Amino acid sequence: MYKILGKDRLNPTVSRMVVHCPQVAKKAAPGQFVILRVDGDGERIPLTIADYDGDKGTVTIIYQIVGATTHKLDRLEAGDCIHDFVGPLGNPTELCGLRSVAVIGGGVGCAIALPTAKKLHELGAKVHSVIGFRNKDLVILEDEFRAFSDEFRLMTDDGSAGEKGLVTDALQNLIDAGNKYDEVIAIGPLVMMKFVCKLTEKYGIKTVVSMNPIMIDGTGMCGGCRLTVGGQMKFACVDGPDFDGHLVDFDEAIERGRMYSDFEKHAYDEECNLFNGGNGNG
Amino acid sequence: MADLSKTKNPMPVQDAKERAKNFKEVALGYTEEQARAEAERCLDCKTKPCQSGCPVGIDIPAFIRKIKEGDYEGAYQVIARSSSLAAVCGRVCPQETQCESKCVRGKNGEPVAIGRLERFVADHHNAHNAGKADRALTNGIKVAVVGSGPAGLSCAGELASRGYEVTVFEALHTAGGVLVYGIPEFRLPKSIVEKEIENLKSRGVKFELNTVVGRTVLIDELIDGEYKAVFIGSGAGLPNFMRVKGEDLKGVYSANEFLTRVNLMKAYREDSDTPIQKSRAVAVVGGGNVAMDAARCALRLGAERVVIVYRRGESELPARKEEVEHAKEEGVEFMLLTAPLEVVGDEHKNVKALRCQKMQLGEPDASGRRRPVPIENSEFDLEVDCVIVAIGTSPNPLIKNTTPGIQTQKWGGIITDEQGKTTRDMVYAGGDAVTGAATVILAMGAGKDAAEQIDKAIRAKNK
Repeated sequence: MYKILGKDRLNPTVSRMVVHCPQVAKKAAPGQFVILRVDGDGERIPLTIADYDGDKGTVTIIYQIVGATTHKLDRLEAGDCIHDFVGPLGNPTELCGLRSVAVIGGGVGCAIALPTAKKLHELGAKVHSVIGFRNKDLVILEDEFRAFSDEFRLMTDDGSAGEKGLVTDALQNLIDAGNKYDEVIAIGPLVMMKFVCKLTEKYGIKTVVSMNPIMIDGTGMCGGCRLTVGGQMKFACVDGPDFDGHLVDFDEAIERGRMYSDFEKHAYDEECNLFNGGNGNG
Repeated sequence: MADLSKTKNPMPVQDAKERAKNFKEVALGYTEEQARAEAERCLDCKTKPCQSGCPVGIDIPAFIRKIKEGDYEGAYQVIARSSSLAAVCGRVCPQETQCESKCVRGKNGEPVAIGRLERFVADHHNAHNAGKADRALTNGIKVAVVGSGPAGLSCAGELASRGYEVTVFEALHTAGGVLVYGIPEFRLPKSIVEKEIENLKSRGVKFELNTVVGRTVLIDELIDGEYKAVFIGSGAGLPNFMRVKGEDLKGVYSANEFLTRVNLMKAYREDSDTPIQKSRAVAVVGGGNVAMDAARCALRLGAERVVIVYRRGESELPARKEEVEHAKEEGVEFMLLTAPLEVVGDEHKNVKALRCQKMQLGEPDASGRRRPVPIENSEFDLEVDCVIVAIGTSPNPLIKNTTPGIQTQKWGGIITDEQGKTTRDMVYAGGDAVTGAATVILAMGAGKDAAEQIDKAIRAKNK
């Protein structure tokens, strides 16, 4: 059992939790993830590590309530325990030797991009961050990104916070302004990563994306997380989660991501009904 | 005078139509009378050919003699001298190619049902004497075991009985390895695995779950820390894929994923949080035990049609004979001499069919089995909405990649000497991690042998 030390809500559907798990905290690095089960009968879900403190033995996760399991997770509060919490899984993001990097985060993907931006900043690299959301209510981690960025752009689809437009618009502007990047690191919805890669391909800028597909064990056992990268089959959990974005078959990944959407919708509705029923709201 | 009937006493089983809809155990086990009667078929050969067919060398005539005497606990103790997982092996060992293949009775009729008798004895023990295991006097020396499958459990058990303080590290949230994530409930009830693990705990073995060796903790940290030796029994968990077109479609599963969702995550229960696709028609590619398990699970989940697609013939099926028979009785179809060419999808990238080709048997290949050769213009589409790939597994590269000095074969198996020692001092390995995917009993044997060698090596160092 792994104790939740703190919890706060970042926007209406995204929460942050600090979990006591010294063995994961000691080994964690940017780009890695954990797999957790909320209770003894629960599903195993992968969540990326948003922050970690080896001295305090804590791991921070940020999650969006999208299905039954994240909904169940969100019902836990500080002082409660998570049944299983295993990691750190996947390969850490390779950051050594990078001098100038554009970090692009979209939606809850910003939670994964943040430790990367932070680490690059600590390593002395020039960091330009672009984070994007649908509207101002969904903006998360703005202050944190500002703290670690030499240039910062906040984008919203409707212009209700920061500039109006997509993250690709901001990246285009930064490139047009003459900024040169060793690498672009893009983490967010598959569609966003796909279009960031299309843009950077034109300019020949190496682009790394973080893939977060369906998986069970996270150690290479199930093969459910398989992707096509450069025409070859790769497992996101052991070969990734970071891949060369110009080689990833995004369209296939988008389809595979929808595999259980009907089941999830059903389970989520049931969970919500239970939850509301419990509150007497019917 | 031995009972000279040519056939085994039949095993009571759940009715095929009934069991094809539930996950309860298929074979119900011998009653005392049936076990006594079957034991009487044993000729108690002086030469014990059956024992030579057992990978862990159980003194089979001796335990059967005890059954004849009605001393079932005594029979269990005979088995326990050589095997720590009798209730498991009695259920999942391929007896027909091991002990029973050497039985003299098999020359004219059926061999003695050694597997069924082993199961009877183990179940009798678990029902009447379990939890009474003696804890050996501890020597205070710590040994780490990586993986809680058959190899790890038997290594841990053997080390514990020699006084070592053993900690087993398991990546998943439940101990048991392939016994819990792979083999389905209807073939090996999870309560039996739990009992074996409880038994080890009562003998002082500690289990650290949710710990991925190579990520959460490294072999180097174990061996440089408090542990005097490490045994790697991490199995062969990486699923092989066919590498044909369409394998990325929705509805294509590795057998590992499918079985893990069903067995470990209990996706078959209505109240499970873990999703599984409800399929109408399922093709399972492969002919081993894992393929049979997957096919029979698919049937139980409600598929109307389940087809095993295997490129060789019936006699080449690597699965246990009993599993093939059970699968057929339950309604699984067998398309033999058939090779998959491609998975065909619809416009939404869902599986629509498995494109296959008919084969015929040619000259024997390197494995000694006749090589399947394609028949020209024999392609056809098998209409299915789910394809389960059960064509074997490879060892996980995680430990190799994170442990300097551990050498592996090209295909990933950890290299060991005859004593189970790896290329790293005081690091041993055994089971599927070394041999590639094999059987529970071979892994168990390797774990037990490695424990003896670890004991020897530690004693030599402490002299």
